[in-house]
Amino acid sequence: MAKMHLKFTVNGRAVETLAEPRMLLIHVLREQLAITGPHIGCDTSHCGACTVDMNGKSVKSCTVFAAQANGAEIVTIEGLAAPDGTLHALQEAFREHHGLQCGFCTPGMITRAYRLLQENPKPTDAEIRVGISGNLCRCTGYQNIVKAIGAAAQRLNASKEAAA
Amino acid sequence: MIPASFEYHRPRTLKEAIGLLEAHGEDARPLAGGHSLIPMMKLRLAKPGHLVDLQDLAELRSIRSDGGSLVLGALVTQHEMIHSELLTAKCPIIRETSLLIADPQVRYCGTLGGNVANGDPGNDMPALMMTLGATYRLTGARGERDVPARDFYQGIYATALKAGEILTAVHIPTPPDRHGYAYEKQKRKVGDYATAAAAVILSLSGGTCSAAAISLTNVADTPLFARDAGDALVGSRLDDAAIAEAARRAQRIARPASDGRGPADFRKHVAGIMVRRAIARAKQRAG
Amino acid sequence: MSADGDTAQARTQKLEGLGTRRKRVEDARFTQGKGNYVDDLKLPGMLFGDFVRSPYGHARVKSINKDAALKLPGVKAVLTANDLKPLKLHYMPTLAGDVQAVLADEKVLFQGQEVAFVVAEDRYIAADAVDLIEVEYEELPALRDPNKSMTADAPVLRDDLKGKTSGAHGPRKHDNHIFTWEVGDADATDKALRAAEVVAKELIVYQRVHPCPLETCGCVASMDKINGHLTVWGTFQAPHAVRTVASLISGIPEHKIRIISPDIGGGFGNKVGVYPGYICSIVASIVLGVPVKWIEDRMENLQATAFARDYHMTGEIAATRDGRITGLRCHVLADHGAFDACADPTKYPAGFFSICTGSYDIPAAHVTVEGVYTNKAPGGVAYRCSFRVTEASYFIERMIDVLARKLKMDPAELRRKNFIRKEQFPYTSALGWEYDSGDYVTALDKAMQAVGYKELREEQRRNRDAFARGETRKLMGIGVSFFTEIVGAGPIKNCDILGLGMFDSCEIRVHPTGSAIARLGTISQGQAHATTFAQILATEIGIPASNITVEEGDTDTAPYGLGTYGSRSTPVAGAATAMAGRKIRAKAQMIAAYLLEVHDDDLEWDIDRFRVKGAPERFKTMAELAFAAYNKVPPGMEPGLEAVSYYDPPNMTYPFGAYICVVDIDIDTGVTQVRRFYALDDCGTRINPMIIEGQVHGGLTEALAIAMGQEMDYDELGNLRNASLLDFFLPTAVETPTWETDYTTTPSPHHPIGAKGVGESPNVGGVSAISNAVNDAFAHLGLTHMQMPHDHWRVWKTAERLKLTGS
Repeated sequence: MAKMHLKFTVNGRAVETLAEPRMLLIHVLREQLAITGPHIGCDTSHCGACTVDMNGKSVKSCTVFAAQANGAEIVTIEGLAAPDGTLHALQEAFREHHGLQCGFCTPGMITRAYRLLQENPKPTDAEIRVGISGNLCRCTGYQNIVKAIGAAAQRLNASKEAAA
Repeated sequence: MIPASFEYHRPRTLKEAIGLLEAHGEDARPLAGGHSLIPMMKLRLAKPGHLVDLQDLAELRSIRSDGGSLVLGALVTQHEMIHSELLTAKCPIIRETSLLIADPQVRYCGTLGGNVANGDPGNDMPALMMTLGATYRLTGARGERDVPARDFYQGIYATALKAGEILTAVHIPTPPDRHGYAYEKQKRKVGDYATAAAAVILSLSGGTCSAAAISLTNVADTPLFARDAGDALVGSRLDDAAIAEAARRAQRIARPASDGRGPADFRKHVAGIMVRRAIARAKQRAG
Repeated sequence: MSADGDTAQARTQKLEGLGTRRKRVEDARFTQGKGNYVDDLKLPGMLFGDFVRSPYGHARVKSINKDAALKLPGVKAVLTANDLKPLKLHYMPTLAGDVQAVLADEKVLFQGQEVAFVVAEDRYIAADAVDLIEVEYEELPALRDPNKSMTADAPVLRDDLKGKTSGAHGPRKHDNHIFTWEVGDADATDKALRAAEVVAKELIVYQRVHPCPLETCGCVASMDKINGHLTVWGTFQAPHAVRTVASLISGIPEHKIRIISPDIGGGFGNKVGVYPGYICSIVASIVLGVPVKWIEDRMENLQATAFARDYHMTGEIAATRDGRITGLRCHVLADHGAFDACADPTKYPAGFFSICTGSYDIPAAHVTVEGVYTNKAPGGVAYRCSFRVTEASYFIERMIDVLARKLKMDPAELRRKNFIRKEQFPYTSALGWEYDSGDYVTALDKAMQAVGYKELREEQRRNRDAFARGETRKLMGIGVSFFTEIVGAGPIKNCDILGLGMFDSCEIRVHPTGSAIARLGTISQGQAHATTFAQILATEIGIPASNITVEEGDTDTAPYGLGTYGSRSTPVAGAATAMAGRKIRAKAQMIAAYLLEVHDDDLEWDIDRFRVKGAPERFKTMAELAFAAYNKVPPGMEPGLEAVSYYDPPNMTYPFGAYICVVDIDIDTGVTQVRRFYALDDCGTRINPMIIEGQVHGGLTEALAIAMGQEMDYDELGNLRNASLLDFFLPTAVETPTWETDYTTTPSPHHPIGAKGVGESPNVGGVSAISNAVNDAFAHLGLTHMQMPHDHWRVWKTAERLKLTGS
């Protein structure tokens, strides 16, 4: 089929692109929009390295056709820091608690953690582990990732309480 | 990794969607959450010439109560079912089962309709729907018809769904108050299909089991409604002997494939264990 | 307190040197999605390559029809073996002295083997073109069991080697035989076994697995035809070696080749070797004159790239009745797949398997390893194995437990009884390795104390009684693993890869304003060298780590090195870094003496400065000396402040550890829960404890996967059953327990900073601890050994055989 004209927003920016209907969202992001944060780690929708936040949901962008994403609001790792460059609490916590090594799973992991903390602002360690069970990591054994997400949750809750 | 080409359609109404499926016949597939179909397309095991994206059909997204039934639209996602207060209050086995399906990302996209309609013996919702005595509403160009879940499954990827039909809703008779329930699933890891799983719903009346239904996941080409196994519990006090008999009867109809999860005899054994444990938990929960 | 008001403590802290939990410099880019991995690279005019791969394990290729593919708009080329033959590139040399087909020539030998390479404008067109290529195969019987490789009626796999009676490692006794390697004293060992009061014999199989880094392999090859210059970005754990090999096989001189390893998403040994994809991309780029990218997908990675293990080890261990080991014999059948691409140092076709006497003082030992071909993917050395050390350690740690069962001795006590004693170091093992240092008793004591070993065994006794009485359907297991491993390859006199000695290097340049850049011959794939090697230097030369840039991976700028794998970076490049740092400091000392008008010997080094002995208020900081190097050096001295070290290590290093694992097994389902895992590692001097802990967490998680469910299992037709993540077991955060880490520190006496390396230890020790725990759960019922992986069905089958399942 001929290419489709697609419009959606990515990290707050409106984008337009032409793509075949079969083009996977991950490829549109990485190859047409130069958003190379989300990665490809498998071909059977298991690893979660491609996770983005789409219309308020954690979604594996390798299992979505760009055509389905027409009109969607998409947030990737590149959109988590504030416009002035201030890092999201998760980004800082991952550094503080050594929640990454090779970095390949990290964009998908942090993007998923971002939505997880919206779903459940005070997760226990067990809930964090279930919450990130769609994201595989080969380097860290998850332990420091869980710590980092817990620490980010505490910090975000503290700011919310302070602001309230 | 790269799917073959297809024509993409995004109908705005159910009528339009059905029209498209009718027009293109076997060469068209409906696209709901896409998390069963798209992985198959990426491996080129499925190459539909036409995809009919149902995501704009808002009428298929509701969860409501209707008299003595719960009615769920086919596009309701696992995530929505997990977070539905109505379902958690009236039919908590659904939430329990959904939480055991795949992973958080897949649950955001995966739909009830997709899970029950495509005939994959590994899916968890079909056995659950059999246990609940659910009915599937199938809608085509010539109108609607209802097929009980217990009669819907014919073989691997083979169901009673005809070409040009879409499964649009699932009607579940609301389980009685204080019913016992459990979905027990053994798997190798989060995201895996069941080595074996059992869905149990039962009711107790004065300590005696007045009703029971048991179904099995992934131990045959289709989900299995273990009618005789459920019957073994009715009239009993859910004592060890009754539970053992139910497990035996369930195992007798299980004919699992040997695969990475284990050889057939092991999976058959696990089916029995899942039935036992599901009955035990259902018993604890029953009022 | 020094004259400028900063305390020693403050100055030390500012350095963030050796021993600090320095946060990583790499995290800034990775947490913001700004990493530079190969697939992120986009060059003008770049094309995309993709493979047609064999669906069969063993078949003749009768014909390949490219016509339909070539007609597809956007397809630029389709390469087959016939296109590579004139360039003599249809085969490439492997790291093991064999050759491997780049594109199948007349035959395919494993499922997933490369048959044709399509080059197209984008990966979608390339995928469509792959589907359009018609290959006619004639299926042949597949050889999947290495025990059958050398039978009289075994199918001959390698037509190219048919009839050859010798190979790279000695004589061949069968067309499917690769080598026989032997070490130790056969007679003494035989005597010990015959004379022994007790002998335990067991077949221990370490199943085929795969390192499966999250990023698959790939490259972008770009030939600049105008300047005759080739640049290749790729997932290379050894970029310089790749450059040299690329030059040798392409004929392009080495100074016209630039290899760049950018950020790598995990290596684990999967990215050491050269793959057909790299060669095909380079050829395509040369022919087409534009950059060509090749990135494999996950199934390709699992099917066709370097697997790990597949060692079938028959062990015999001899001991006195009261548990003193007198001899050890091991015969290994090694399944190498269809081509021998084992990434071992040249003289070691079985790697360092001969470390299999482990932590124990065994007087007589003998090992033979027989390598054979089968219809499986090539590889063998990968996955944190330190060159077959994972196999060796699993072997000895299981054999110790098997012996303990036979002797009815506690497995920890049997180990302690046979440990190499602290006074015996440096210790030369019966198989020829000189272990540098160790204090095993202290480590084991600490571990046993930390977990409450005695109480655990008492709890286990109660559990076993309860199980026998039918009060519980769970069995508790306790697994001990005390590993000594061998890393840091290695001394040039016995370690080389394709003739390149396994030294490593560091080159440092200090800038006038007191910051520095260091370049190394290694390449991080997550180990954070940019963070940790700066720490080594900070302590050596007194410049804060945050003022030191560490670069690796670009062969145009980095000094020659043999790359990162086998936990060699810290022992070898880390040593080079320290040595280069010391050269910097030596020159700085002379400048300081000149400026302070004293003799060199009148100065002492104090954290970040040279001060005059007895007059500490007179000092020069390294920052001041750096500037002085550019304008005020003593007469006769060259200006500048720069040093290079190429370090040839005098020995390997021998990290060790004590791991204890507690499991609870649900007998009715076969499900094993890891209740507790305690890991004590001794890697000598600890450069960054935070990094070490992370390495241990990750390695233990790999060990969990291997012990509990991972395998690369082929059926009789040569079909790989675990070619995707649906069936290849990678645990999620839910299956992974919390790991407890601890340490002792026994420095390496021959290493400039006493460091040994740690990256692979957790995989080495972890598998044994977990497997020993699962075996231990059934030991009282007569089980001597259960093969891995300990997945649900295998554990249940074991329980069934022991009549525990009531079925």
